[in-house]
Amino acid sequence: MLETTTTRHNPLIDPDLHVWHGEVAVYLFLGGVVAGLMVLSGVLRIWMPELKRSEALKLLPWTNLVLLSIGMLCLWLDLSNRFNAWRFYIALRPISPMSWGAWILLLVYPISAHFAWADTRADWRESILKRLPFMRGLADWSIRAGKQFGVASIVVGSLLGIYTGILLGAFSSRPLWNSALLGPLFMVSGLSTAAAFLLLFKLNDDERRWIGLADMILIISELGILGLWIIALAAGGGASQTALGLVFGGPWTAAFWSLVIGLGLLVPLFGEWLEHRQGAPAGRGPAILVLIGGLSLRWIMVYAGQHSSWVEPAMALGN
Amino acid sequence: MNAARYAMAVDTRTCVGCAACVIGCRAENDVPEGRARDWIVTETRGSFPDLTMDIRSERCNHCADAPCVRSCPTGASHFAEDRSVQVTSDKCTGCKACIASCPYDARYVDPRDGTVDKCSFCAHRTAQGIPTTSCQEICPTSSITFGDLNDPGSRISRLLKERRWYRLKPGAGTDPQHYYLK
Repeated sequence: MLETTTTRHNPLIDPDLHVWHGEVAVYLFLGGVVAGLMVLSGVLRIWMPELKRSEALKLLPWTNLVLLSIGMLCLWLDLSNRFNAWRFYIALRPISPMSWGAWILLLVYPISAHFAWADTRADWRESILKRLPFMRGLADWSIRAGKQFGVASIVVGSLLGIYTGILLGAFSSRPLWNSALLGPLFMVSGLSTAAAFLLLFKLNDDERRWIGLADMILIISELGILGLWIIALAAGGGASQTALGLVFGGPWTAAFWSLVIGLGLLVPLFGEWLEHRQGAPAGRGPAILVLIGGLSLRWIMVYAGQHSSWVEPAMALGN
Repeated sequence: MNAARYAMAVDTRTCVGCAACVIGCRAENDVPEGRARDWIVTETRGSFPDLTMDIRSERCNHCADAPCVRSCPTGASHFAEDRSVQVTSDKCTGCKACIASCPYDARYVDPRDGTVDKCSFCAHRTAQGIPTTSCQEICPTSSITFGDLNDPGSRISRLLKERRWYRLKPGAGTDPQHYYLK
């Protein structure tokens, strides 16, 4: 039995152990929304090209660029040596998820810019190209390659969404994070928050019904993956079980079950189901709750994960 | 001739937890206020009155399979030729992935320049041919042994052959190169 121990893993006496703060949580949240919006944009482009979209939906690619920029600003603010950020782009390290992420983020910009350009009114595009004639070749090619950009949007959006989970999941030293399920969890949550984000805008009733139905399926999927994640930790070793205790009786229990599971998933699912049952288009109320739940999930994961550690006492090895 | 493979061993029978190693390191390596490259852990086991106590001088474990090196996006954290884990501060962005990935919480951000730092096994000394680290040199009970595992005649090689030892958090799977003699 371990009676007492003094170790450094105590944020009260060693506050530097919490190295990632709200900026990282906000970045992961916005990265998830952008990933979801990219996948939805690609799906609409490839499988529903004839869909008559509302003006609000056409603004989607522009919001992508804005949200991603805010997310990257948060990421940059989190760096403690900010003026070395360019170093991310002179190295590609295949075994570092963060290195992959830096390059994936760079791919998001041209793809989102293409979608934004394609959704700009034709007369505005012509007027811009008159002022920038050297861009005409690239602009025309971009419009011709619409389908390829649709595929690229789905692929890069999926990579971005999964990466935001893998970034945390790859840290074997933090048992709460160390799960391959975090990739699909953050991807599905990203799609769900993207759908919720769209519902905040002035969409037509058909779009609302379609997106509301999709969000219900995504919320159910997210609940299923969260269940698997909990089972995987509970069935793991001592370190995993101790980590799970953070949301089962530990300091993050109330926040996790009320903000993420209750307010962020179950309540909006019930709301969207009621709307669907009555044939009403999905409203903004459940959507706002889904967004609060998505941000809470990242926030709690980032903070609680840093609380979790390999807590096993020293073990005898060797001779 | 094989390159050196540096490791460290702390004798838990003789370590008294005086923290001279912490102070020596601080002076040698200009460690900023509030941060530490090494520290003392006192661990008491058993149930009263049958208690045993381990006192350990801990630091970066210079893992052979170091998660900090794997997670670093710029290559700032890397293995030196002697397999110790080093940080090139010029390449560090301060993303702190290495800190989050370290099961031993051995790293910190230097508030003066925002780069990540940790125990280097006194690489600046070994580069000059000095065979000891500052913590080893200052230890009043000679509890700290630093040396080359590739040299079978080195003191650390002999100690690890002759004495029982353990390593910290083996379940983390990092193959730490810091040993604790029992």
